[in-house]
Amino acid sequence: MSLRGGSAIIGIGQAGLGEAHGRNAMELLGEAALAALEEAGLGLADVDGLLAATMNHTMPALSAAEYLGIRPRFAESTMFGGSSFECYVLSAAMALELGLCDVALIAYGSNQRTAAGKLVTMSTLEPYEAPYAPRYPISGYALAASRHMHQFGTTREQLAEVAVAARRWAALNPEAFMRDPLTVDDVLAARMISDPLTLLDCCLVTDGAAACVMVRGDRARDAPKPPAYVLGAAYAFWHRQISAMPDLTVTAASESGPRAFAMAGIGPGDVDVAELYDAFTINTILFLEDLGFCPKGEGGRFVEGGAIAPGGRFPVNTNGGGLSCVHPGMYGMFLLVEAVRQLRGEAGERQMPGAEVAVAHGNGGVLSSQSTVVLGTAATV
Amino acid sequence: MSGATPGPEQQYQAHLRDGRFMIQRSRSTGEHVFFPRLAAPGSGVRDLEWVAASGLGTVYATTCVRRRAERGGDYNVVLVDLDEGPRMMSRVDGVAPDGVWIGMRVKARIATADGEPLVVFDPAGEDAP
Repeated sequence: MSLRGGSAIIGIGQAGLGEAHGRNAMELLGEAALAALEEAGLGLADVDGLLAATMNHTMPALSAAEYLGIRPRFAESTMFGGSSFECYVLSAAMALELGLCDVALIAYGSNQRTAAGKLVTMSTLEPYEAPYAPRYPISGYALAASRHMHQFGTTREQLAEVAVAARRWAALNPEAFMRDPLTVDDVLAARMISDPLTLLDCCLVTDGAAACVMVRGDRARDAPKPPAYVLGAAYAFWHRQISAMPDLTVTAASESGPRAFAMAGIGPGDVDVAELYDAFTINTILFLEDLGFCPKGEGGRFVEGGAIAPGGRFPVNTNGGGLSCVHPGMYGMFLLVEAVRQLRGEAGERQMPGAEVAVAHGNGGVLSSQSTVVLGTAATV
Repeated sequence: MSGATPGPEQQYQAHLRDGRFMIQRSRSTGEHVFFPRLAAPGSGVRDLEWVAASGLGTVYATTCVRRRAERGGDYNVVLVDLDEGPRMMSRVDGVAPDGVWIGMRVKARIATADGEPLVVFDPAGEDAP
């Protein structure tokens, strides 16, 4: 039995992108959830599967079910960090296939920017890292960047290219938080936070909520919007602490990607648009390599010259990414939203013409949890 | 009985308080293990014993965390590959915080922070390439 094409995303919703003054995390989650259901032509009473995470609730699915008034038959709140929502797509696909639920709602919400002004995290350092005071999570990514630069000759300019490409996409997205022009020199000259990463190598700290609705493939055909079918999904993780990562230049995306592509029956060369979890500029480079879009070590050279920016050879993070569009603590749900929009042809000025296959790749912790979802239009099923 | 014995984390800290940097080694496989665990990760081999670390290692990755001078100034965070094999997070003293380089040979020393012992490293080799 394969899950390929057995389920689809038929509704997406967002709320409070950027700054959502006066709104709490659950209110934002709820607004995004209702928007996703409305798109799907469904209501709360139809939802019997609920997969939710926040950074404010210790039992997010319970809190979300209570808030929305849902009594789910199937639910998930497993904490994989920012990639949780890509993991939930696999769980929802399985639950739908098995008939454990008929309508699965995946949702996230955060008001961290207006409430705290910084990353809100329940993460704690282990006793073998805490005494050295790495700035969490950025120092973990900085260590990986240092290693990639040492081993492959990757440069700070190449890292900066990732941020510049994201900003150029953001300029085409009216929802993006940061849309002003950005240059490589701007990134290099920004305040150093944890070498070699400056402030502009780091994702935004915004508010925001996003949600999607999944149903079985047969039911998706009758949905008001073009479905985005789940062609493949897989996750992998090899460590939690950065000091336990086997090789700082190879993430577990090198395992999740091939498994997701195998389920989808396609390869990286078939992907029209990629949404890669860019909490930091090094992420995009690592995931381009590990998902097979370029050889290991070539990610820095791959992104040079605007190659992943609008008009480049391969479109990456077309909404502006976590670097320039939205990053409310956990970014994974927004990757799925943008992938679906591209497959529907709803992405406006930033639309990739004729996009049939999209990848949403989530990351959690300190390059710890890697989760790959391959989505396709009806033509790919 | 097992509940009455301190776990590997407390044993490790006790060794440090006694001035010894100890890591674990499997009697049967010879594999060294850090951070301290009940059993070797992956294999589950439980015959781990404490052995003195040589203290020698090589910087695998490094970052300089930028901090305002009034809060103590910049400091480095490194990952060190111990000569025995395992990797650990630490810092390198005795060198500018942004002067640590990957491949640098370093030697462990037990320092104290907030009254607790911790392993830090000093440069132990040739100058930068």
